[in-house]
Amino acid sequence: MIDMSPNIVLVVTIGVLFAAGVYLLLERSLSRVLIGVILIGNGANLLFLVAGGAAGRPPIVGDEPERQMSDPLPQAMVLTAIVITLGMTAFLLALAYRSWQLHRHDEVQDDVEDRRIAHLAAVDERAFADLDTEVAAGTLDEEAAEARDETDQGAPGTVREVRP
Amino acid sequence: MTDYTWLVPLPVVIPLSAAGLALALYRRPNVQRFVTVVALALVLVASVALLVLADDGPLVVDVGGWAAPVGIDLVADRLSALMLTISSAVTLCVLLYSLAQGNEDDEESAPVSIYHPTYLVLTAGVANAFLSGDLFNLYVGFEILLAASYVLITLGGTGERIRAGTIYIVVALLSSVLFLVAIAMIYAATGTVNLAQLALRLPEIDPGVRLVLQVLLLLAFAIKAAVFPLSAWLPDSYPTAPAPVTAVFAGLLTKVGVYAIIRTQTLLFPDGRLDDALMWAALATMVIGILGAVAQDDIKRLLSFTLVSHIGFMVFGIALATDLGYTAAIYYVAHHITVQTALFLVVGLVERAGGSTSLTKLGGLAKLTPVLAILFFIPAMNLGGIPPLSGFLGKIGLIEAGVQLGTPLAYVLVVGSVVTSLLTLYALVKAWNKAFWQTPEEPRPPVRLPFGMVAPTAALIVVGLMLTVAAGPLYAYTERAAVSLTERTPYVDAVLPDGERGQGVSADVAEEQPEGQP
Repeated sequence: MIDMSPNIVLVVTIGVLFAAGVYLLLERSLSRVLIGVILIGNGANLLFLVAGGAAGRPPIVGDEPERQMSDPLPQAMVLTAIVITLGMTAFLLALAYRSWQLHRHDEVQDDVEDRRIAHLAAVDERAFADLDTEVAAGTLDEEAAEARDETDQGAPGTVREVRP
Repeated sequence: MTDYTWLVPLPVVIPLSAAGLALALYRRPNVQRFVTVVALALVLVASVALLVLADDGPLVVDVGGWAAPVGIDLVADRLSALMLTISSAVTLCVLLYSLAQGNEDDEESAPVSIYHPTYLVLTAGVANAFLSGDLFNLYVGFEILLAASYVLITLGGTGERIRAGTIYIVVALLSSVLFLVAIAMIYAATGTVNLAQLALRLPEIDPGVRLVLQVLLLLAFAIKAAVFPLSAWLPDSYPTAPAPVTAVFAGLLTKVGVYAIIRTQTLLFPDGRLDDALMWAALATMVIGILGAVAQDDIKRLLSFTLVSHIGFMVFGIALATDLGYTAAIYYVAHHITVQTALFLVVGLVERAGGSTSLTKLGGLAKLTPVLAILFFIPAMNLGGIPPLSGFLGKIGLIEAGVQLGTPLAYVLVVGSVVTSLLTLYALVKAWNKAFWQTPEEPRPPVRLPFGMVAPTAALIVVGLMLTVAAGPLYAYTERAAVSLTERTPYVDAVLPDGERGQGVSADVAEEQPEGQP
């Protein structure tokens, strides 16, 4: 029977990584979200090491007694996962940079169309207007440039204005 | 009998090699186009061949000659082959559509040099996910298609697409990590990630642990499939991408999640302890999704919400966990892939002809382009479930399966699905009235829709109609697929013929075997 009792240090580390990662994921700034993703990803990678059982000798057939080898399969999986996380991290970094290029900040914005519908619901309007009703002017892009998030102080067209 | 197993890896290998070739040929867009079209056509041929061959039993390949539980295996059974065939037909049509769009517009809307290799990688990822007989390879398949989709959804890098892409990517990354955690836990509990071996080993572990594993896997797949509490990302992110990209995402990516749910629910967790929870999720997905669609003004968002809503129908079929339920669910997946993709392609044409996707701004399109009106009308009625179209057949199958099960909850879902169909019809008819019959604010100049874009759309609609015409044989096929899914033995026996090892070589373990089994 293989010894499958997990290493307590690893388990605690995984818990801390996940907790910190989830906290950061809930932030608005994309760079913090990115760090959160990295932390959670590393937590998952460590979890694989726990899943592989106790540490042992290098798994090279012929060099080491087979009973003392560590399980190579989870390590192969972790390597794959690390490479994938690396690629995704690079892509997210590029996104954050592009967002900064366009808006001078990397905060994830709300969906403007979604806000518009919520606005209509709040004032109890119909979702679509007929020919004789006035439609708010401006394209989505224009509104997107104005609308940000709760750190704004009452940008035009936000839902907050509607609420009593 | 000749051995046709060499066909199995082709739907993954061809697009991946073609992607490399297309990337190397980035200076010569015409050659790139040729390579992509040929690759996807070959994939379609291989998939159809697999569809026919898999009817006699699953085809299994142990990759690299390594025997199954140790090595990775690719399995083409009826379900995989059917999904593969539908998806490759759809990807080919969408590709032809985007080629024509690229010819009509300037390079900016679809930069060929990036678009084509990425698109090929996406199809390879989808095929890998469908064919994988190994949980970790399934994860890799997901990552391949997701990585490609990240690039496609942010194509061009405009502000709106970056915003939408950020949400999409962060949510997808989270679901991938959940999947990874589930794999790690499964490996810790069972010592394997091979699906067939898991089917044998999972019943032996503690039921509580098994439930945790099932919940983790379902969570990861439900995010990808956009099942209700986890679906908010979809209508937020899909509508901003270019029309062909949205079309292929809407048609395929969520269905890969649905496929993964079907596969794991049937093969790994046949005891069905979460079926009631899944039924509630299905009900919520159907009703809340369609209520979202009714409120929308932008036609792309409207369709995204109907997409979420109709995922509920498939989850409904899966949650019934009977042969009849799976039969209808698989048929519904095939129907929904074609019809949803066709609708998004049509909306791309609507945007072209009407200059907008907002229902308040569109109008008078029926007069302007009658062809477009027909192209919209058929899939819209199909989605709404008007007889005799395939949407009706799929829904009637689900309702039949629900009534057959006969529990109160199943009856609630039957009612819910009928209400959802009616609301779908309402939302689509509203869109029809607004876009095609309403007097436009200002008269639009007459437009000529490029034939190259109309033809693939029409072809896809014809595929959708074929699902109606060939409903008899197809429904029989999905029924056979469902029966072998619930039996489980055909899959397990094909992968592990002697219950221990696959057909590949694993000399060193073979020597060891007598020692392990006295």
